[in-house]
Amino acid sequence: MGRRLTAAGIAAAVLLLGCANQSAPESASAPAATSGTRPARYVPPDDPYPSTYRPYGGVPTAITGATIYDGEGGRIENGTVVMVDGRITAVGGADTPIPDGATRIDGRGRWVTPGVIDVHSHLGDYPSPGVQAHSDGNEATGPVRSEVWAEHSVWPQDPGFSRALANGGITTLQVLPGSANLFGGRGVTLRNVPGRTVQSMRFPGAPRGLKMACGENPKRVYGSRNQMPQTRMGNIALMRQTWQRAVEYRERRARDPNTARDFQLDTLVEVLEGRMLVHNHCYRADEMALMLDMGREFGFRISAFHHAVEAYKVADLLRESGTCAAMWSDWWGFKMEAYDAVNENIPLVHNANACAIVHSDDANGIQRLNQEAAKALADGRRMGINIPDEVAWRWLAINPAHALGIEDQTGSLRVGKRADVVMWNGNPFSVYTRPQQVWIDGALLYDMSNPRLRPVSDFELGQPGEGDVK
Amino acid sequence: MSRLRYKLAAVLLAATCLAAPASAETIAITGGRVVIGDGSEPIDNGTVVIRDGRVVAAGANVAIPAGATTIDANGKWVTPGIVAGFSRIGLVEVEAVDPSNDTQANSSPFSAAIDVAPAINSQSSSIAVSRAAGVTRAIVSPATGHSIFAGQGAVIDLGGDMQPITRSRVFQFIELGEDGAGEAGGSRASAHVLLRNALREARDLRLPITGRNLPRPGPGAPPPGEARDDPYLLPGTSRSDDVLLTRFDAAALVPVLQGRQLLLVHVERASDILQVLALKREFPALRIGIVGATEGWRVADQIAAAHVPVIANALVDLPGSFEQLAATQSNVGRMRAAGITVAIGMLGDNEGHQVRLSTQYAGNLVALTRIPGATGLSWGQAFAAISSLPAEAVGMGDEIGSLRAGRRADVVVWDGDPLELSTGVDAVWIDGVRQSLENRQTRLRDRYRQPQEGALPHAYDPR
Repeated sequence: MGRRLTAAGIAAAVLLLGCANQSAPESASAPAATSGTRPARYVPPDDPYPSTYRPYGGVPTAITGATIYDGEGGRIENGTVVMVDGRITAVGGADTPIPDGATRIDGRGRWVTPGVIDVHSHLGDYPSPGVQAHSDGNEATGPVRSEVWAEHSVWPQDPGFSRALANGGITTLQVLPGSANLFGGRGVTLRNVPGRTVQSMRFPGAPRGLKMACGENPKRVYGSRNQMPQTRMGNIALMRQTWQRAVEYRERRARDPNTARDFQLDTLVEVLEGRMLVHNHCYRADEMALMLDMGREFGFRISAFHHAVEAYKVADLLRESGTCAAMWSDWWGFKMEAYDAVNENIPLVHNANACAIVHSDDANGIQRLNQEAAKALADGRRMGINIPDEVAWRWLAINPAHALGIEDQTGSLRVGKRADVVMWNGNPFSVYTRPQQVWIDGALLYDMSNPRLRPVSDFELGQPGEGDVK
Repeated sequence: MSRLRYKLAAVLLAATCLAAPASAETIAITGGRVVIGDGSEPIDNGTVVIRDGRVVAAGANVAIPAGATTIDANGKWVTPGIVAGFSRIGLVEVEAVDPSNDTQANSSPFSAAIDVAPAINSQSSSIAVSRAAGVTRAIVSPATGHSIFAGQGAVIDLGGDMQPITRSRVFQFIELGEDGAGEAGGSRASAHVLLRNALREARDLRLPITGRNLPRPGPGAPPPGEARDDPYLLPGTSRSDDVLLTRFDAAALVPVLQGRQLLLVHVERASDILQVLALKREFPALRIGIVGATEGWRVADQIAAAHVPVIANALVDLPGSFEQLAATQSNVGRMRAAGITVAIGMLGDNEGHQVRLSTQYAGNLVALTRIPGATGLSWGQAFAAISSLPAEAVGMGDEIGSLRAGRRADVVVWDGDPLELSTGVDAVWIDGVRQSLENRQTRLRDRYRQPQEGALPHAYDPR
């Protein structure tokens, strides 16, 4: 059986190669070897599996009369946002000039915000339906699996992407490997557009992320197999040993470019060289403090702690290190390291002048990140932390953009940035509000009133409920 | 064997219904926006009067009895407490910490006979946390382990005292969809055979010669939880060897078979729902409720015609499994429009810890009324789906879930619209007793208001 599969696999690969010759992608950089001459030394591309994303195009559009939260803390009443050629070209008050011929949208009684960004999703790598055959988020075959890339697991037909768009106003998301491993692999930042391939969703130029995990999950997964790590000290020891290997590998490669490639360590070297951002699943305050020290020990910076349930206990340390905390508003009690959750975690972190982010980790939660922010905001106010609505919107916009290294591209309504825009049918911190229209790079990709602008994945075609309002 | 007998005794003891303490004080909550919870819209400047742990009156033009303690709720909302429509609250402290988790018993020799009541811990932190969010009662179900029968669920209050049980053995919970198929050995067909066999084993139980008459089925019969001694468990009776269930499990299904105990069935797929409705034709006395029903909207007319209540998850809109392909947030609204009694529950959705999300979920169903093509709920209907309707779904609408006269005095004063995200809880009464809103979470919050330590470590805070 195995042999037959292998033979079939080779036949398929040959067929695929034949097809590829007919329409080579623009970015293919592997030089073709010609018969009879000595092949040139193979030079791998800097960015294999490159983004093929293209904006879907839109008409010049101006939304007028809306309440605008710009995503960086600014607020404009009776405001205007102009999008041309996929970019924000103007944001201002009622006197903002509108280009001739632009489509005008009456935003009175509506709110306009930058598209919501989720730094922590498993859409595509744990897609719906959640059957075993789709369980592609944890390469739980070893605690160090930094060689795997989440994007190689992403199933673009996951119906969850469309729900995140229509109900959550999500325009950008990072899909991460799971947390079974200390080093879970590379995360990928996606534009929330339907596509045939993951490459067509990849956010062009966005740095990749390295998923690391502290705490219960790695030690449970491997400890139960009587492997390292079995304890939190085992977690830390194996992380340190791995970083040390990466440091030595980097030096070796600098001395000798012919050093055999190690994909596992290549990922860590990219982190050490500042080209990849660390996203660290870490619930407990004391473990966050240890991880910050580990970053100092080996010379890497942690961009964000995810599921930082106890961030409120070390908000001062987070501020000093410039590390963001990505949090739920009120999830708690499902495991020991989520036992000390407080409803005010997000505003407490914000109040300490640290970078607070609302994240989902969930195909349902990603549809309501605005609601999660609203609950946390209100709980903060009840304890006397008075954060204006427009400032709290940073938790959904510029802060996650910063943690993903794309704040120059998106995350706020700034002139020149990508026109990732949501118009809400009311105050987006109200439970009674939903996205009315969503633009990604200026392309209108969801319209509550237009059934044709409601994406339906291949999986849903021909099934009960196809095309329904979800 | 002695262990088994010990367990039997414990379960029998726990079946005893415990009376909740009531406050004799008469309280009038005045000037607030009053929500009755029966589906009607809010009443401005209303009054709620409670006495001896019960609601005396609620609404407009309610006279304030002489000597009543008056509480000014001007600018506030006053509602019945939230009833968690399907939960596992009180059964678990930390889900992933097995010794603290009593939701299921994979290795138990028993299934249908399991009764959650003795496992409910009124002091679990999730009860205090949920109470602070306005949840006052909960329908608590066991989860299945190795059988399609999970056992018997209870209705509890979320008060701070040590007597959580409002009524035990309110229902039997079973799985007949994908989960049931797995527990029945691999197919839905097997699950259906197991169910029929179990009901027949219950039917075939022979009373001892000295046994008393069977309690008659029907509304006049005592609730099963109040039966102190089950005649089917008396010594001296014999059974055929050709049985799958223990005697105790079979005996637990007698009240189900006779319609004295509700059978709550978890199914999601439209075709599975129709099979559950068909059970009523085969076993006419069964009282059935459906839990889940993600595809209920596709067979809503049939559910309505069968007068079967539904406890549904509110916001499932993903085809999370092949039995939920038609999932949409409009499910609850469409079923209600068809005339079904639909309550919101939390099946498989952090049901041990997050029943406080009920208000947010209900509010989201109101939001749907503004989306073309979607079907939502009016505000009053949405609130009823988390108060009176779950109570009615388990046959306790005359006892809890609304501020209609005579109901238990579970009252919440909110600082705004209770379905809105920004709203907080000002005060909670359960059985007329004012409740503490403090819990571990509020204590941790207060301790870490400033993360930096002061002269002494945080372990000495707050002083």
